[in-house]
Amino acid sequence: MKQSKFWAWVIFGLGAAYFIVPLVATFEFSLKMRRGHYSFDSYASVFSDPAFQATFGYSTLVGLFAILVGVLIVVPAVYFVRLRLPHLRPLMEFVTLLPLIIPAIVLVYGYIRLYNSSSLLPFTGSALGTDILLVFGYVTLALPYMYRAVDTGMRTIDIKTLTEAAQIMGASTATIIARIILPNILVAVLSGAFLTFAIVIGEFTIASLLNRPAFGPYLQNVGANRAYEPSALAIISFIITWGAMGMINVLGRFAPRTSARTD
Amino acid sequence: MTEDQFLRVDALTKSFGTNQVVKGVSFGFGKGEFISLLGPSGCGKTTILRMIAGFETPTTGTIRVAGEDITHLRPNQRKLGMVFQAYALFPNLTVGDNIGFGLKVAGMGREERRARVEEMLRLIGLPGFEKRYPYEMSGGQQQRVALARAIAPKPRLLLLDEPLSALDAKIRVSLRGEIRAIQQDLGITTVFVTHDQEEAMSISDRIVVMNAGHIEQMGSAHEIYNRPQTRFVATFVGQLNTLPAATFGPDRAIRPELVSLAPRPETDMTLTGTVADVGFLGSVLRLRVDVEGAPISIDTFNGHAPPPQRGDTVTLHLARKDVLALGA
Repeated sequence: MKQSKFWAWVIFGLGAAYFIVPLVATFEFSLKMRRGHYSFDSYASVFSDPAFQATFGYSTLVGLFAILVGVLIVVPAVYFVRLRLPHLRPLMEFVTLLPLIIPAIVLVYGYIRLYNSSSLLPFTGSALGTDILLVFGYVTLALPYMYRAVDTGMRTIDIKTLTEAAQIMGASTATIIARIILPNILVAVLSGAFLTFAIVIGEFTIASLLNRPAFGPYLQNVGANRAYEPSALAIISFIITWGAMGMINVLGRFAPRTSARTD
Repeated sequence: MTEDQFLRVDALTKSFGTNQVVKGVSFGFGKGEFISLLGPSGCGKTTILRMIAGFETPTTGTIRVAGEDITHLRPNQRKLGMVFQAYALFPNLTVGDNIGFGLKVAGMGREERRARVEEMLRLIGLPGFEKRYPYEMSGGQQQRVALARAIAPKPRLLLLDEPLSALDAKIRVSLRGEIRAIQQDLGITTVFVTHDQEEAMSISDRIVVMNAGHIEQMGSAHEIYNRPQTRFVATFVGQLNTLPAATFGPDRAIRPELVSLAPRPETDMTLTGTVADVGFLGSVLRLRVDVEGAPISIDTFNGHAPPPQRGDTVTLHLARKDVLALGA
């Protein structure tokens, strides 16, 4: 018994080191801006950079819109497929996986060809249009995660019976989704939202090729031109992502409990 | 509108693909009646209830409530109430909000709604439970809340889809009594689906016995039990002894409680047999007696002289008028 436990710990330690060592090294390097001793100078430099604030704010805003649009598309779609067209689920699974298969660079070139300023839908003809296109691009990129989060959430509640119970009391479909379905899968939707946010914050390809002032291109730009700030930014990005994941866990505790007690 | 027209179902059929699960069912019931649809699983009783609710569309036939044809109305336009087997309370809402849901959807004001919810909670014996969540309650309590939620908006018809099946035996019996009392109190026309014949007989005004998509017999519990019109009804509802064909002719049967060890005023014939088994059920003794090779069960009240033993020869008394002729 002791033997097997020992090796389990060794494997665990190796696995943990694989993730932790580069992180610690990055963190250590980010503290070395001032020669000779550790300091948070690189962090101060990052936070005081107006471009950091502007691009971070821009990406946050785009992320929030991507979450909103994603929820409005995915929640009703999953609901109706589960309720009325369950035979379409395999197709739905496949379609939502496509963004993982098609590289973002292909997606964005497709967008530019389809929506350029001389096309029928000239999204790229204006800054606002390009922003909207960027939001839709991010909704697409986050689709596999948002779909799976929402689908898992709906699996945990009996949407058919809850829908019927609400219908017979006179509720319309919009009321049912807004008042019964969405609140019951809120934690799942929020975990999808945080994943979307994590993707949007670090995304480079689409934002760069659409030439929008997002956080991803800013990270790239700093990485190419500075020494210590990129490490500080990497750590900051990690903390943001961890924060998002942590929020998913915290929110999980507030999940509405479905009861199976029959005593 | 004549007496039996409040809920009127005519020539109702339902097919799923090539499988016809409801085969031309018609019935009519009066306002305030408690009706049970009774039958084994797969007999079409739940499908009929779901067609009345509007969750399934009939292949042919019509459904009328209070003279209005509701066959093709959407469920949320029908003004009906329903209780489900799995409670189906909204887990994100408190008990008060669950009960008030239908009222809110109907646009009732906050104060009026609160008063109605309170009234409902008193009715189901759970006053003060407004702020609880469904997961904090037992199954029996949840199902009572589901009942309150269904009747709060004063539906024209209350539909109960095996509401007691998920509960344990003791709660099942007490809750069915409560359901019946509330139903009679409010005079609400109720359709109850069950596969449990004892449940159906104990609370219904009238029972529709169904088998394989059609109606076998319709009537009061008393009629169904004492004058079953088909072999299926006779065997599905209650216990039955098949009598030896040599003496009685083919397909003759009798209820266990109509056979006794002592003569009664109405008994006019006897059978002799050997006791094969003695079962003690508390207030009742159930004997199995072998008569000409046919096993006959007898229920007799406990408390007489010591019960007969295995292997004893006994004389059974019965009345010719109690013998049931089983038809097709």
